[in-house]
Amino acid sequence: MALPIVTLDRVRKRFANGTEALDDVSLAIRPGEFLSLLGPSGCGKSTVLRLIAGLTPPSAGTVAWDEGRDLGFVFQEPTLMPWARVLANVLLPLRLAGMQRQPAEARARATLALVGLEDFDRAFPRQLSGGMKMRVSIARALVTEPRLLLMDEPFAALDEITRLKLNDDLLTLWQRQRFTAVFVTHSVFESVYLSSRILVMSARPGRIAADIAIDAPYPRHAGFRLSPDYARHCAEVSAALVQAMAA
Amino acid sequence: MNRLAEWLLPVLVGVLVLGAWEAVVRHYDLPPYILPAPSVIAGKLVSDWSILGPSLLFTLETTSLALVAAVIGGGALAILFAQSRVIERSLFPYAVVLQVTPIVAVAPLIIIWVDNTLVALLICAWIVAFFPILSNTTLGLNSADRNLGALFQIYGASRWQVLRFLRLPSAMPYFLAGLRISGGLSLIGAVVAEFVAGAGGRESGLAYRILEAGYRIDLPRMFAALFLISLTGIAIYLLLSGLSHLVLRQWHESATRAED
Repeated sequence: MALPIVTLDRVRKRFANGTEALDDVSLAIRPGEFLSLLGPSGCGKSTVLRLIAGLTPPSAGTVAWDEGRDLGFVFQEPTLMPWARVLANVLLPLRLAGMQRQPAEARARATLALVGLEDFDRAFPRQLSGGMKMRVSIARALVTEPRLLLMDEPFAALDEITRLKLNDDLLTLWQRQRFTAVFVTHSVFESVYLSSRILVMSARPGRIAADIAIDAPYPRHAGFRLSPDYARHCAEVSAALVQAMAA
Repeated sequence: MNRLAEWLLPVLVGVLVLGAWEAVVRHYDLPPYILPAPSVIAGKLVSDWSILGPSLLFTLETTSLALVAAVIGGGALAILFAQSRVIERSLFPYAVVLQVTPIVAVAPLIIIWVDNTLVALLICAWIVAFFPILSNTTLGLNSADRNLGALFQIYGASRWQVLRFLRLPSAMPYFLAGLRISGGLSLIGAVVAEFVAGAGGRESGLAYRILEAGYRIDLPRMFAALFLISLTGIAIYLLLSGLSHLVLRQWHESATRAED
């Protein structure tokens, strides 16, 4: 098996106010996998993402990358710059990296096309729907072609129809672009549909309670949601979640 | 209410008040040194234009220079404050002291210390005008979206990049709101300082014309000068509101229409 991209080893995180967010969390993110962190609110799943992204240091333990840190981040909110047009928003990471205008713009346009928004480059974020804003946010995260894409409940605020559509589009992107994905969610159904592996977390303090492989083959389509295989996985993950919350 | 009515209603009120004023003065045959009729004031505005015109220009010059100084000074201080809490905590109280001390109380001192009348007036007007820009812009620079800040951190943005691409644009609506207040305050500062300075000669603005006309009990000219000051204030407000709208109309809630 290939070496992990990121390894968390016995990581603890205690916040300044004394809250114990994570207690003894160890996990390895393997290249190419679609890993979901599933758990109730307050289980520290977002904190795991922030640790991997280097936004906050662990209180104990280590967060190690195989090579340099190379990631894209999608927040729960689209988190776009309201004063900038869609293209400028997607350009931002390249601009911060000091990339030249023309090649950067070409790449930003290509990435916008990947999420199906090539005709909206001149729009301002406020002119877009919630789902479109999230697509821009995903395009911005992918524009640097990162090895790892971190997503913090990106579709939680969207309506069901948009959410299912974005789930499919995300899987298509993941298979086409070959990045590694870490996806935080509190939805059993969403995590089973998307993931190749699910880490179930328990709360207060956050711990990893179960590590479940979802071995259904990709590409997965809407039909997968109706299959007995899907139902079986959902039942297994739900049971693990119930157990984690009782513990 | 449609847009035409929105504009027409205040104009109508103005015309009615002026008409009533004119009628009262004529009916009771009031002398101009008690209350001049609007028509007399308008006449004075034309006949005394050779005196009032240059004074208007001088007041405009002082006001706009003070506003520019307020933008540069207030903006630069705000950026400095935004760099560290230590600097902000150390200096902000003194900005407040400058703001709350009545300018009429400080102006005599400044006028004694500074020989050049224009510079003295500018300093007074600046003291009055810079604070809204400083406090608003500081607030704006500190209210950038936290997650966007995290994103900049993830991409290893420099301090300068964070300022240029995140904090300054975030502060823009706040700055513009401050600018609108400061515009009016620069005019007030310029006029108040000139009252205190009481300088005559070539470098005299509308405030001095009011003082001068007061000594001569020339009420029509007082009203004419007052009218020009009000007009200047309104023009500044409209100009800055227009600028604010122009800058923000594409993206900020305050300047966008609900239906689109």
